[in-house]
Amino acid sequence: MKVELTNLTKRWGDVVGAEGIDLSTKDGEFVAFLGPSGCGKTTTLLMIAGIYKPTVGEILFDDRVVNTVPPKDRNIGMVFQSYALYPHMTVFQNIGYPLKLQKVPKDELQKHVQRVADMMGIGHLMDRKPAQLSGGQQQRVALGRALIKEPQLLLFDEPLSNLDARLRLSMRSEIKRLQMDLGITSIYVTHDQIEAMTMADRVAVMKDGHLQAFAPPDELYDHPKTLFIAGFVGNPPMNFIEVEVKQENGSYQVLGPGIHLDLPADRGEKVARSSKVIMGIRPEDISLADTGVKGEVYLIEPLGRDDLLDVRIGETAVRVLADPALGVRMRDTVTLHFNTDTAQLFDPDTEQSLLW
Amino acid sequence: MTPATLLVTVFFFVPALILFILSLTDLASSNFSEPWHFIGLLNYQRMFSDRFFPKILGNTIRYVTLTLIFFNVGLALLLALLTSYINRRAGFFFRMLWLLPRITPSVVYIVMWRRMVQQAPFGIINQFLGWFGLSQQPHLLNEHPWLFVILANGFVGASFGMLIFSSAIESIPKDLFTAAKVDGASTLQIIRDITLPMLRWPLLFVTSYQTLSLLVSFEYILLLTNGGPGLFTTEVWALTSYKRALSTYFGTNQWGYGAAWGLVLVVIAITASVIYLRVFRFDDLVQEPKIDVL
Repeated sequence: MKVELTNLTKRWGDVVGAEGIDLSTKDGEFVAFLGPSGCGKTTTLLMIAGIYKPTVGEILFDDRVVNTVPPKDRNIGMVFQSYALYPHMTVFQNIGYPLKLQKVPKDELQKHVQRVADMMGIGHLMDRKPAQLSGGQQQRVALGRALIKEPQLLLFDEPLSNLDARLRLSMRSEIKRLQMDLGITSIYVTHDQIEAMTMADRVAVMKDGHLQAFAPPDELYDHPKTLFIAGFVGNPPMNFIEVEVKQENGSYQVLGPGIHLDLPADRGEKVARSSKVIMGIRPEDISLADTGVKGEVYLIEPLGRDDLLDVRIGETAVRVLADPALGVRMRDTVTLHFNTDTAQLFDPDTEQSLLW
Repeated sequence: MTPATLLVTVFFFVPALILFILSLTDLASSNFSEPWHFIGLLNYQRMFSDRFFPKILGNTIRYVTLTLIFFNVGLALLLALLTSYINRRAGFFFRMLWLLPRITPSVVYIVMWRRMVQQAPFGIINQFLGWFGLSQQPHLLNEHPWLFVILANGFVGASFGMLIFSSAIESIPKDLFTAAKVDGASTLQIIRDITLPMLRWPLLFVTSYQTLSLLVSFEYILLLTNGGPGLFTTEVWALTSYKRALSTYFGTNQWGYGAAWGLVLVVIAITASVIYLRVFRFDDLVQEPKIDVL
């Protein structure tokens, strides 16, 4: 099923939950709503679920306006951060509840629940109550309950945030696999950019109730449209340096305190008219080299495969990913090479990209 | 000795023991100047063979059961549910309003009821009925004493359960209601399948607490009907016990005999509590969850 949001807005008096969201998904697409807490992603999700009524705008399921359709008639499944399992019901009753409400005959319900529970790998826990399950098991029950009525749309509200790191990783791939196999259109709300990037076909980045961008993960990563997206997407986060761009003899230069770099012409051309810009450069695009910008290592965070260095160039701090084999130590002076081919450039006032 | 044991001993076991000892004596104001005697179970014998004993027992059961079911639990639950489905502020305001009778002195509260049920030019209810052509109504309290005994107690009694239930409803995670709506439940189905099952603990608490407090309460009945009209029409156990032991009418206090009534009431209350704990499967409610890994 396709979901389309047009100018979707939710306000409570002066408080804006979401403002003018325009977005449409393809059938069977996995869409992530990404943003910090309070950005309006859950508000939008709850409007799609039918829990909140939109103040302005429309929600369309396959070209049908569903603004006033109650949640029970929207044929959706939903998974919550808190799992929201009914504590007084067993696993069987929890998963079977949507079917019980549809008055499905007992033996058919039994068969159905068993099948879904087996698919989720919890078929042997049918008589347990939620309090007797681990977090991962509870989340599987919640998924089973969302899936059992074969919904046309799956809504996830930060479903993995309460799980420990290892379990989160395995559930992440499990959910993605499941979604691909079933081909159910899914909307996944998260504040974790890695979750959004790894799972979603397209990511809707939200901030302060506004939709900042709606694009595939690599597009967000390579062509961030705003400073916010550039800083939010990618781990470790992008470095931002206030610089000036100058044109000399047909070549472009980036000048900052202690920084002097060449800028490729295709990027330079686009910023020629604005001299002061914010340059964004990812830690993986800075490397230790023999010649380049000099800085002092302020802190080293070993990540295993790489070391994350905090290097100070005068007053400016940049994060750099370096090979641990190089044996860099704290307070060493290092020389950095900036790969400006992938540098992002932003207008400091509008925070919009000057490139895309 | 833990503080709880100490408290229960001082405020329950010791008074109960004193009550029991007292019930074995012939202590009364009529023989106060003479030495008193242990008379064995004579007071109990006298109580059980009292001509009005079955009537008083029946009255007590009727009073407790009806008030409990229709008001202290029933209406309380209804009010809690209704006020939690309306605007939050309106719900809060309404609940405050409903608490007013509870903080009104008993005498004032009952005087208001007595004014309401009087005959036509004085009674408020009869004035209203007069507008609908029912002008010559009798004194309502004498016509339907039980109705007003239960109403007067129930209106106050319901506020306790209402508060407990609404705070319990309030503390149910909102996600559960969202999940149930998405699962396809209507409002009534949500109340039946989610809200009520999650109120089992407060239901147990309110039911047992209110049963006990109704069993021993008598002041509204004392003020409203004093057990009348007529002989023992609305007289309940606690009222009898009070009248026998403490109500003075030309020196008719019979402390020993009254104590016997009181002690049997204590036994009834304990029995009721044990039954409630069984019915609500108290052990289940406090069971520790078992958690194991994935």
